Amino acid sequence: MELMSIQSFAEPGLIHFLIVSAILFSLGIMAVLSRRNTIMVLMGVELILNSANINFIAFSRFTELSLHGHMIGLFVIIIAAAEAAVALAIVLNVYNKFKTINLDEISLLKG
Amino acid sequence: MELTTILFYLFSVVTLGAAAIMVFSKNIVHSAFALMFTLVGVAALYVLLYADFLAATQLLVYVGGILILILFGVMLTSQGYTLNFKTITVNLIPASLLSAGAAVLLIFAFLTTDWKISEVTERTDTVYDLGMLLMGDYILPFIVAGVLLLIAIIGAILMSTRLSVKNKGGA
Amino acid sequence: MYTQLPLAILILPLLAFILLIFFGKKLPRQGDWLATGLMTLTLILSLILLVTKLNTQPAEAISSSFDWVVIGSQTISFGIMIDNLAAVMLVVVTLVSTLVHYFSMGYMKDDVRYSRYFAYLGLFSFSMLGIVLTNNILLMYVFWELVGVSSYLLIGHWYEKKSASNAANKAFIVNRVGDFGMFIGIMILFLSYSTFAFEAIFDSISAGQLPFGSEGWLTAAGVLIFCGAVGKSAQFPLHVWLPDAMEGPTPVSALIHAATMVAAGVYLVARVFPMLTADALLVIAYVGAITALIAATIAITQYDIKKVLAYSTISQLGYMIMALGVGAYTAGFMHLVTHAAFKAGLFLGAGSVIFGMHAALHKLHDHHTDAQDIRNMGGLKSRMPFTYWTFLIFTLAISGIPLTSGFLSKDEILAGTLAFSTLNGHWFLPLIGFLVAGLTAFYMFRLLILTFHGKPVNEKIYEGVTESPKVMTIPLVILAALSLFFFYSFNPFGATSGWFYGAIQRPLSMVPELLQPATYPVFYEAVSSVHTIAMLLSILIATGGVLMALAVYHWKKISAESLAKRAGVLYTGSVNKWYFDEIYDTVFVKGCHVIMKMLRWFDENIIDGIVNGSAMITKIFSNASGWIDNNIVDGLVNGTANTAGRAGGLLSHVQTGKVQTYLVYVIFSFLVLFVLFL
Repeated sequence: MELMSIQSFAEPGLIHFLIVSAILFSLGIMAVLSRRNTIMVLMGVELILNSANINFIAFSRFTELSLHGHMIGLFVIIIAAAEAAVALAIVLNVYNKFKTINLDEISLLKG
Repeated sequence: MELTTILFYLFSVVTLGAAAIMVFSKNIVHSAFALMFTLVGVAALYVLLYADFLAATQLLVYVGGILILILFGVMLTSQGYTLNFKTITVNLIPASLLSAGAAVLLIFAFLTTDWKISEVTERTDTVYDLGMLLMGDYILPFIVAGVLLLIAIIGAILMSTRLSVKNKGGA
Repeated sequence: MYTQLPLAILILPLLAFILLIFFGKKLPRQGDWLATGLMTLTLILSLILLVTKLNTQPAEAISSSFDWVVIGSQTISFGIMIDNLAAVMLVVVTLVSTLVHYFSMGYMKDDVRYSRYFAYLGLFSFSMLGIVLTNNILLMYVFWELVGVSSYLLIGHWYEKKSASNAANKAFIVNRVGDFGMFIGIMILFLSYSTFAFEAIFDSISAGQLPFGSEGWLTAAGVLIFCGAVGKSAQFPLHVWLPDAMEGPTPVSALIHAATMVAAGVYLVARVFPMLTADALLVIAYVGAITALIAATIAITQYDIKKVLAYSTISQLGYMIMALGVGAYTAGFMHLVTHAAFKAGLFLGAGSVIFGMHAALHKLHDHHTDAQDIRNMGGLKSRMPFTYWTFLIFTLAISGIPLTSGFLSKDEILAGTLAFSTLNGHWFLPLIGFLVAGLTAFYMFRLLILTFHGKPVNEKIYEGVTESPKVMTIPLVILAALSLFFFYSFNPFGATSGWFYGAIQRPLSMVPELLQPATYPVFYEAVSSVHTIAMLLSILIATGGVLMALAVYHWKKISAESLAKRAGVLYTGSVNKWYFDEIYDTVFVKGCHVIMKMLRWFDENIIDGIVNGSAMITKIFSNASGWIDNNIVDGLVNGTANTAGRAGGLLSHVQTGKVQTYLVYVIFSFLVLFVLFL
């Protein structure tokens, strides 16, 4: 067991990529949850999307998914682009209305 | 150690380190630049995964497009009387607990799952095959994605222009 | 031919609706020509369909369908079925709809929402044609609700009037009660046969499969489906919505609440006839008979011209339902067709009168006199000759006077009920049938005489009334022609030899033999043996009713007041519509209030605790008297708001308004789920 893990440490396999993506994902979650600035939250979302993408590509390299994983990754990038454009437009509108983009100050929904 | 192994660890460290800097940096401009390094690192990982076309797309769209867009957002919203790039964190404790929990759970799940690995031995050019797939099996999602982008562009333009009209009216 | 043509018939009104609802305001003349033109085209197509069907394949039911939803092994298909029933009904619907379109061009000329009105007419025609054409009961239910919606929209066309919007709500809600039963019925059938198609259901039943293996369930399914017809065809006890629906524009009343939509219930019963057991049919017959009697007795004392016609519609629908119940299938459906013509005519005629009255009152700047009250009319005969003569023909037809279409169908219904009673001993049904025939003749002639004959009540108004424009009188003339006997049978004293009886024949019952009603040959023999008696009796009674009306209202030999006094309780009951609205108000509305009061008491007691208990009870009781006066909507809204407010107060601590706090919850719950399912 111990030996195997050292061996697998040496050569990057599927697990290695998955672990990288998991850490990237949790960093993204951290950014989304803890930063006040809306743009930081957006960046966190980009991190999460990227980590998912790494997973897809890793699967397409190491499993039967093959090129279909690439296609999914491609579409994720397309949608991320659309999301970024719309989200930033929304942020600009929010800024115009509230004169701030700090999420904790925008609390119209407060009950 | 082979070259690919070294490269993998190098780029993983770059990616994760830059991501950590991005998340924990107090200055939003620093964060944005750290994000750039993260994205480049991810692109390098794509190359290691034999996804050359995706890596190129990643560089073009993310680094060339989205990142610039985010920088624009930073510049446009930090002007005026809130001229500080400092960002403060909120609910730090639950956030760190949850993200650590997420990481642990995910890694645990990845390690315990029995993956069916069928490795590609030969590295081939993916662009031709991707092109064929895109115009064949994936033609409908392709068109839908095109329409989605169009709508997103129109929506973004509409929201921004209404903004300026309102401003003019207000002034 | 039998796929494209019906589809075209179905799509054209929908096209009119879509075009008018989106572009109506921009079209010249607000697009009325477009709606009317498309509807006329639909009428022509329907006529072509009917003639080809009768000439080429008179006996078959042609259906075509495609798969709509596939869930596992379950397939729900979508389809069209053309049999003679559907083909005849198509012509009826499109004909009345077309004429009403033309009439509306005059009647609604200066309306604020002119184009929307025509759009809704298109929507209605589309949904009604859908009911007629569909080959499966689920789709029929869908269209069934669609006609409900369009009826709601059209009743509430003048929604600025409180009474109109209330009437629309009432119609919609009362219909839901019936549809609820219908839905349960459909579900029973679907659970047992896993299909919605009529033919497949009938086949399974005739193969001996019963729902849940029991005969009782088959009867229950039939009666529950009939509940839908009770709601839509305004049968007792859900008839209360139809008189109120008269708040809608009069052409709408003619189209929806007289000729087509309310007849959809009859059509439904005719469609599912093969699966109805003898018990279910008996229930249907009695419901129809009671409805016919109640509505006829109310119609006698009403003074609003449209209310009289509304109650007479309910009564005639009761007739049709009763006819189907006793097995006089063709007679019932024929009455639907003839009734559609003369009742649409009566309503359009009433519309023409109201139009004239309105114009006259408008000229006098009189906004208090009710344009629909027959006590304000009288002597209009010479002012509106076209309207009068056509109205006379319709009145003769509905009264069942020979040489009219109404006589043919009503006579067959009466013969059917009489035959049924000789077979089964239910003498109550023919008794009511003949009684209602007399009452119908009486109240229709009362309406005719008070409106058109005698001396004008108010000379000034009388002077102002003029004949309606051609676009309104021509539909009347067409409908009057269609109310004569020769369109249905060349023999004015017997419908059985006409084409109609050849085309529409009672379908074979599919239910197990023990549960079947009397078979057609047996029934037919019984009918022929009593036919002459029934005919003579019906002529006699109808003439009696007419003479009675003439004696009371025209020659004034008998005073109406003294008659009313002598009738005593019966008269007050009739004037007050047998207190149905009041009873429903007490039982359901007030009942809801009581329940709500109890709930509220319970609620507040829990919250404020026992300490304030005694003070609170006093307070609740003092609130109670004021509470009863509030209408149900207020009560409901307040109750909901109270509950929501209290719950919200508790939950508002969770709502910080910060997106990220919410996200923390989301991700936390996600992780918990992740752990749970891992």
